Amino acid sequence: MSGLAASSLSLTLRGRRVLDGIDLAFARGRVTALLGPNGAGKSSLLACLAGLRTPDSGSATIDGEAVATLDGRTRGRRIGLLPQSGEVHWNVDVTTLVGLGRLPHRGRFGETEADRAAVARAMAATDVTHLADRAVERLSGGERGRVLLSRVLAGEPEWLLADEPLASLDPAHQIDVLARLHEAARDGAGVIVVLHDLNQAARVADDVVLLREGRVIAAGEADAVLTAPRIAETYGVTVEIGHAADGRRFIVPLDRA
Amino acid sequence: MSRLTLWLLVGCVAAAALSVVAGKVWLPLDAWTAADPRSIIIVELRLPRTVLALVVGAALGLSGAVMQGYLRNPLADPGLFGVSSGAALGAVVSLFFGYAVSAYLLPVFALVGAAATMALLALIAGRSGSLMLFTLAGLIITSIGSSATALAISLAPTPFVASEIMTWLNGALTDRSWQDVELATPMIAAGAVLAAFLGRSLDALTLGEDAARSMGINLGRLQLLVILSTSLCVAASVAAAGVISFVGLLVAHMVRPLAGHRPSAILLPSALGGALLLTLADAGVRLLPTVSELRLGIATAMLGGPFFFAMLIRMRRKLA
Repeated sequence: MSGLAASSLSLTLRGRRVLDGIDLAFARGRVTALLGPNGAGKSSLLACLAGLRTPDSGSATIDGEAVATLDGRTRGRRIGLLPQSGEVHWNVDVTTLVGLGRLPHRGRFGETEADRAAVARAMAATDVTHLADRAVERLSGGERGRVLLSRVLAGEPEWLLADEPLASLDPAHQIDVLARLHEAARDGAGVIVVLHDLNQAARVADDVVLLREGRVIAAGEADAVLTAPRIAETYGVTVEIGHAADGRRFIVPLDRA
Repeated sequence: MSRLTLWLLVGCVAAAALSVVAGKVWLPLDAWTAADPRSIIIVELRLPRTVLALVVGAALGLSGAVMQGYLRNPLADPGLFGVSSGAALGAVVSLFFGYAVSAYLLPVFALVGAAATMALLALIAGRSGSLMLFTLAGLIITSIGSSATALAISLAPTPFVASEIMTWLNGALTDRSWQDVELATPMIAAGAVLAAFLGRSLDALTLGEDAARSMGINLGRLQLLVILSTSLCVAASVAAAGVISFVGLLVAHMVRPLAGHRPSAILLPSALGGALLLTLADAGVRLLPTVSELRLGIATAMLGGPFFFAMLIRMRRKLA
């Protein structure tokens, strides 16, 4: 099977079944949003797809090959992960930080011209070029979010996995980050993103996967999946779905179902 | 080679020259020729002492930088957080059970002690990188190590063994011979070679464990290499010179703003800075007008203590 896929993937953590028989295939060139209530297994699924966790049964595969057994650097070049934590432990400058994204590509003898070019492209794409020499600790929250995304883009991965990249961003910066993810997909990457906000998902996602208690409730094109009954089944809330003037949908939670 | 590295190298050469000529008796550099009766002071006392100061200083600076990078903690130092105490405890045990058996026994015991404490630290605090957890673990390991050492002293078979242990616990480079150089240098060289392979992984850890793993860093292998490299450097230093704290903390902190904050960028400058600092400090204690020479370990602690406090106060808001 080509692309990134999960087949009968199950994962147990501390005696709890967090993923139960997941079957999914993701497409490149599209943004897929993973949605579901807290504890649905979104982050665990992302970790399995990124090769950070090995499923108990079933597998996550990339072009038919198990992700978990892939050589670390090959995996690092093909799958880029933007973790939720957003930690940066040393006060490096922005160029250095974005350059870390090239680590899976780099040989023993430091950066090449190609590395520097990729870093420059990634910084331009996330609009952080003017911050090149700024120390990380002097960035605002929004700038920091963009710089961290830039780090992943610098690795020019085929697959970009992002775990709640919008947390702690104000609406303007949320829109910025979603636009970058959309561009990355348009440039050919497969983008898989864990989101909490149904409206943001409706806005950015081509495809949507609804998860609840480790199982897939629904998966497919966003318009087909994000319906009131499906959302009620997944989140246990009733919603009203409306349309903005430009035709985009908004989803307002009303009550517990 | 960066300009910083070059300046540090020049500094090391100058400090080494000072260390050879300076002391209770000042000697001209050309007194080493066999015709000069003072040559024995230079060749048998000052030179091995200077070489040892350079090598031990480099080992402590480097292992401080490696520990800080691995634990993502700018306060990490092998002397402060138990690795040196572990090495010392190992060494004390070997003194206790008969140092005379073989000169090679003490470094081996020190290595086992250092590796055990480093492994314990990495096990407890390495996974999370939490400052609080790491500091508490270091504190506990240090106090267990020093109370076990105190136990060994109080149970010492003869007063001579007890005083031997006591003087050696406050690190010093007094009366070291070429044999000490021969014992310490290969271990430290091996530790340094291992450290040279750590740069990429330590850089990746800047972004936390998940990001590092997603970029293909094998954390298990990294942990093993860090433990081996740090233990080799620290155990050899402790075996040759006793416990000398604060060198890694001071040096890594001083070179970081100059070399850029990337963990791999400070490894070499920290090693050179450590060599420079310890050689200068050792020449310094010989020049102080004290009746008996000030112990080197006490001197670095007197420098490092206030410095540590200043750092802590500056980091206070972040830690609270």
